[in-house]
Amino acid sequence: MQKIFEKLLSLDRRYIFLVIFLAVAVPIFLKLKIDIRVTDEVNAFYKAIAELSSGTRVLVACDYDPGSEPELQPMTEAGFRYFITNKIRFIIIGLWPQGPMQANKALVAINEARDEYIVVNDEKLYFGTDLVVVGSDTARYGIDFVNLGFQAGNELVIQRMGSSVRAAFQTDLRFGKPIEDFDIMRGLNKLSDFDFIYNISAGYPGTVEWVQFAVDRFHVPCGSGSTAVQAPQVYPYLDTGQLSGLMGGMKGAAELEKLVGFKDKATMSMVSQTAAHIFVVLFIVIGNLAYFATRGRVAKKG
Amino acid sequence: MSNMFSDWFSIIAACAIWLGALNLMKISLNKAYKKERDWFYAIVTIISFLVIVIAGFFFSGGRRFQEPGTNFDWLYINIYSPLSATMFALLAFYVASASYRAFRARNAQATVLLVAAFLVMLGRTPFSDWLSGLLFMPEGWQISNISNIIMNVFNVAGQRAIMIGIALGLISTALRVILGIERTYLGGD
Repeated sequence: MQKIFEKLLSLDRRYIFLVIFLAVAVPIFLKLKIDIRVTDEVNAFYKAIAELSSGTRVLVACDYDPGSEPELQPMTEAGFRYFITNKIRFIIIGLWPQGPMQANKALVAINEARDEYIVVNDEKLYFGTDLVVVGSDTARYGIDFVNLGFQAGNELVIQRMGSSVRAAFQTDLRFGKPIEDFDIMRGLNKLSDFDFIYNISAGYPGTVEWVQFAVDRFHVPCGSGSTAVQAPQVYPYLDTGQLSGLMGGMKGAAELEKLVGFKDKATMSMVSQTAAHIFVVLFIVIGNLAYFATRGRVAKKG
Repeated sequence: MSNMFSDWFSIIAACAIWLGALNLMKISLNKAYKKERDWFYAIVTIISFLVIVIAGFFFSGGRRFQEPGTNFDWLYINIYSPLSATMFALLAFYVASASYRAFRARNAQATVLLVAAFLVMLGRTPFSDWLSGLLFMPEGWQISNISNIIMNVFNVAGQRAIMIGIALGLISTALRVILGIERTYLGGD
């Protein structure tokens, strides 16, 4: 027995890598699904967006990059789907340079139209960019949604938007046209004109800054989708009511997908994540058992 | 006044991005020229930088460079995104390996941390509900409930303490600078 524990303590880490690889990959290939329970935080988030009536305007702040895509992209996609099917208009911005491109990627991903484009009044409208089709609903760029792109300046961009959106974002990302030329931007002058902030955040600048500047100073309600690593940091804002709701990590995304009624990538990945968590817990148990059985006599290897 | 400072901050931040990019090129070119250790990676950095900048500036077909369908977008979707996601995904393997080899209940504090991590990790998965049912855990004492208590009570208390500590630290540092007690930023003692 002692020898087994000693061998376990000096186990080559490549075996651990292999186990984690199989735990993550096998459920994806087998397309296994698991039912999840919706937590209070995500319920509160959904309740906040469910209270928005059609025609209201939401600021979607995509503050993340492809590194956090598996966790956060499903939140963006589920949010866009919900907004389009409920005729809620949305304005995309990013305090991270990659954020607005991630939003573009999400719009292309959720578009259900098979054709590349249609011609309306001699104008070619491309699906996925000019028009986004979700079920029987269609959103049009400039009228139902617009992408204003990235602006450097972190939290000061939020502060600047507080007095003038135009001062922070002069043109849109797609055409480089002045933002006041778009139908969706009519009457939208400052941050407090938005009905809700849908923030998807992977760190700084992100949810903490939106709460400190947009919520506390300009009183715009904000819901956050955060990475699992960042979520503990923003929990205090949820407790005080400064955040309307919180989606933490891939599980938060899967819960939103369940509430929105379109189970997609996050739900598909939940089995993999669950398996990986279980194996990490098992590794900790085995590691500790072996350590105490041998009292750490075996030198660590690998 | 506040708006003016905000505008200037944005201008300086935008310039800093260029400064950072040019500095990266300077360091990489220097490293490649002098053939310092790992100079090959400096060449990769330079080529990658030039390819994406040239694709964005000169080969967007008259459209905005970030628009879907441009060469820049193709590089972003097919090269930058997978590489970036891969780097982050590697963490899972190293976390698993580190948890096996280093996460030990050596003392009381480490044991508390270990148990909390256990409960939160399991509580954040649907598996915890199944396990709680299997162990006949009473309602309110299921693993997911305990996980929520840890996150909503203990974690929030700890995070608040950190936030208040940082705020007090910032105030005291600012006062030291304003009163001239702190002069290290000027190069003094």
